[in-house]
Amino acid sequence: MCTGITETAQVKGSGKGPDGWFKLEEVNVSYDHPTDASLERALNIDFVNPKKGLSARVAVELSPESAKKLAETILTTLARGEDHMKNSEAAQN
Amino acid sequence: MHRYTTDMYEGMLAETTTVQGFNGDIINAYFARPLGPGPFPGVVVIHHMPGWDELYREMTRKFAHHGYLAFSPNIYYRFGHGSPDDVAAKVRASGGVADDSVLEDTEGSLRFLKSLPQSNKKVGVFGTCSSGRQAFLAACRLKGFDAAVDCWGGGVVMSKEELTSKRPVAPIDYTKDLSCPLLGLFGEEDQNPTPQHVHLLEEELKKYGKNYEFHMYPKAGHGFFYYDRPNYRQEPAVDGWKKVFQFFEKYLRTSN
Repeated sequence: MCTGITETAQVKGSGKGPDGWFKLEEVNVSYDHPTDASLERALNIDFVNPKKGLSARVAVELSPESAKKLAETILTTLARGEDHMKNSEAAQN
Repeated sequence: MHRYTTDMYEGMLAETTTVQGFNGDIINAYFARPLGPGPFPGVVVIHHMPGWDELYREMTRKFAHHGYLAFSPNIYYRFGHGSPDDVAAKVRASGGVADDSVLEDTEGSLRFLKSLPQSNKKVGVFGTCSSGRQAFLAACRLKGFDAAVDCWGGGVVMSKEELTSKRPVAPIDYTKDLSCPLLGLFGEEDQNPTPQHVHLLEEELKKYGKNYEFHMYPKAGHGFFYYDRPNYRQEPAVDGWKKVFQFFEKYLRTSN
């Protein structure tokens, strides 16, 4: 199934590719054929830096269920981290 | 039917080369051909969405083994070079490759094959998945192909919402221009194209009195030829390849 469904977002951070760490600029998220995962369709995430060439890519291919778990886990972790920071700041004041 | 027997001489040359494609660009291509003076029919082998990869090199050599001048242009050439999966990821992030670009790369490949001294001047076009769609599109929009094979090409039938600047017209809308016989291989469990999509295309082919042959395999989904994927289905794959070669033998072979 070729869906062509892709979303792109600008991001800040670092990723570790075959040549070590590099600065990330974009994340491309698609719902389409994976390259390696044994799945008919996958949620594919590519963290890239287009300025550094095509191999500057950290790739992940997840089953749709795993991708949902990841999204929930990220949001949960972020919420806990942000709460922690707020509480720390409140304690300092 | 072109058959090898154990007492025959057999040789093949397979290598990367170049061809003139879209916008006059010189793009790279993989060319596998049987040794000997021919005359041999040709096949343009358009690679699938996951890239100009090892699987497509194998398929290109498979056609050469069966006596075809097989030519696979790198339709992702303009996106840069790297491992096939890195290039495919770039193409995916860019919204795919434009239909016009693929068509001109395919036309350049067709012209190259017909120009060869060992060509019998008959050339087919073959594709799977996204390139099954592109093979159908090429058979409609280009003149000069003598047979086309569309293996589970998704996106032949497209809603208005699915049209983009790179894919501005649903290929099914070009059916009246189909200029050569068409073989279609599909899986009943496929989600794109669904059996309903295949039915719609078939109705259009009937409407315009086109020469076509469709096979819908039960218990098969998308990409059932791909032995490295979970959707591989041994019996449909073996039968499907047989049908591909029977079809090309019928419409492309002129001697031997």
